[in-house]
Amino acid sequence: MDDILFLLSQTMIFAIPLLIVALGGLFSERSGVINIALEGIMVIGAFCGIFFIHFMQDSMNPQLCLIIAILIAGVAGMIFTLFHAIASIHLKADQTISGTALNIFAPAFCIFVARLIQQTQQVEFTDVFRIKEIPILSSIPIIGDILFKNTYITTFLGILILIISWFILYKTKFGLRLRSCGELPQAADSAGINVYKMRYAGTLISGFLAGIGGLVFVLPTSTNFNADVAGYGFLALAVLIFGQWKPWRIAGAAFFFGFMKTIASAYSGIDFFLSLGIPNYFYKITPYIATLLVLAFVSKNSAAPKAEGEPYDKGKR
Amino acid sequence: MKKILNSDGIKDLLSSCVAVFIGLIFGLIVILIANSDYAVEGFLTLISGGFSNGARGIGQVINQAVPIILTGLSVGFAFKTGLFNIGTPGQFVVGAFVAIYVGVEWTFLPGALHWIVAIILAGIAGSLWGAVPGLMKAYLNVNEVISSIIMNYIGMYTVNYIIPLTVFDSMKNQTLNVNQNAIISKFGLDLLVPNINGGIVVAILAVVVIHIILNKTTFGFELKACGFSPDASKYAGINAKQKIVFSMMIAGALAGIGGGLLYLAGSGQCLQVVDTLAPEGFNGIAVALLGLSNPFGVLIAGLFIAHITIGGSLMQIYGFIPQIVDIIVAITIYFSAFSLLIKQFLNKHKLFNADNIKKEEQSHG
Repeated sequence: MDDILFLLSQTMIFAIPLLIVALGGLFSERSGVINIALEGIMVIGAFCGIFFIHFMQDSMNPQLCLIIAILIAGVAGMIFTLFHAIASIHLKADQTISGTALNIFAPAFCIFVARLIQQTQQVEFTDVFRIKEIPILSSIPIIGDILFKNTYITTFLGILILIISWFILYKTKFGLRLRSCGELPQAADSAGINVYKMRYAGTLISGFLAGIGGLVFVLPTSTNFNADVAGYGFLALAVLIFGQWKPWRIAGAAFFFGFMKTIASAYSGIDFFLSLGIPNYFYKITPYIATLLVLAFVSKNSAAPKAEGEPYDKGKR
Repeated sequence: MKKILNSDGIKDLLSSCVAVFIGLIFGLIVILIANSDYAVEGFLTLISGGFSNGARGIGQVINQAVPIILTGLSVGFAFKTGLFNIGTPGQFVVGAFVAIYVGVEWTFLPGALHWIVAIILAGIAGSLWGAVPGLMKAYLNVNEVISSIIMNYIGMYTVNYIIPLTVFDSMKNQTLNVNQNAIISKFGLDLLVPNINGGIVVAILAVVVIHIILNKTTFGFELKACGFSPDASKYAGINAKQKIVFSMMIAGALAGIGGGLLYLAGSGQCLQVVDTLAPEGFNGIAVALLGLSNPFGVLIAGLFIAHITIGGSLMQIYGFIPQIVDIIVAITIYFSAFSLLIKQFLNKHKLFNADNIKKEEQSHG
């Protein structure tokens, strides 16, 4: 039982960043822009956030420091994404090309700046953000152990972002307009919606969330940042598609991926998994195989936004 | 002559050169920010790249270019047929493993046959890895980008799982050295450039073969037609689904061969058991984009990126970090995404006045 609770609470560490970044991808793709640069944006967001923590964490309250760092990571991600937005919305460039450029640029840029400011490329920080126990709530059986012990505020932030994203996309005028631009931009335009504006909004929101996701990923898993988020941006793309471009399913996919990742990394410390004798390899590839299978079954009637990846051309019919 | 200067190929080349130029300017700015005292020396070292090491340097550039030319060719070929093959890291590593396995174990193969078989099997392994996204795209309507990304991770984890069970050097956590016969023949090139390996011959051969397939055969035409418009090609009687699978298989084979060429080069490099995707695979995307997916463009782009990568590592003696090269490449690619805009600009300001061309055509006619 303790093992299971441990695994579930560890799952949060892997699942929450995937959730946040995949939701970011959701906003961008729903508005019609493929954002393959999520990986690079995560790197930039994590870098800026961690740098702030590196310099400020000794002189302020840890939780306040973390909140400011999260905002910085989000804004940095958003500014970086602006380059992708301009290229793919206004200049009608190939969206995969500008996304690839951003992915190559981000780690190189972070190493360059880190070496410029300090001598090493790793940005060190101490993890003082872990909340040991939240009074009262942590005494709830099971849920208390999973969510309210040894946790980070980022876990709740992730859940909050999920609820807000669902609300914005499905319950507001803005969300409806955004989604229509990803399905049939010509029709949206004729209804008086500014497609360019909507696409900028979608892409920039994705940058904001991916930037936050980068920081949220690095914080609990490391004590330094080395210009790398271990392919989580690409994984988030898989989560997005596994979740069929719908917020709640994305959450389910993120927790599934997170759980499998947790088993793969915690596997050797848990007797139950050792006694099964299944090689670690199996747990490592399961999320990927599962995604492939799900894709194989559901893609015939793809739920992908119809106009994603196509630059919007007013003159085109 | 003037007609050639205004042709599409030249415009492509010019727009690529403009992108490279912008990339280099940014590189210079970055270098100036980093350390203005040594900026001139650093930048000159960067752009003279392999040439600053004489013949050895040229060999270094060529050796470094071989794998990324193949992965670049893989991505570029897929682009030409309307597919985005981001699965090169997976295809690359699978091909690399098979080549190494054959190179270590199949010592019964005599002489040069050993490396030839190893490379061919590397290509087959890569093509099988490419076939999965191809089949899923053709018959199940699965976006090839996402299935390729997933196949990258499956490939990497699978290879890392199998290596310790087969051709493993546990001391160094990498594969064993391959048999002497499995090292690619140098084709006498080492008489010209001392440290070169034979991979470049295979790479150039691949470039020529892909050029012929794409531009001189009906098969290639059908592949491209499916890329431009699947509906129209279906109407014309082309089996579009089958063509998608073939495209991905050929693209996968190229990346797999790239993996084989790197580890059978005889440079002593072995495949490490680490959970990171092969960077040569992703570099292929950059090479293909810079080479505008044209096979010969890819060849030049691969050599160019290898050239400045060597320059970047030499630049370290002045205290500059090699990642400056990545910044340059990224900015170059970013601007090459606007090649359409640059071409429009070139069209507006033709190199030679349109009237002159007409006159010349008349005088020829």
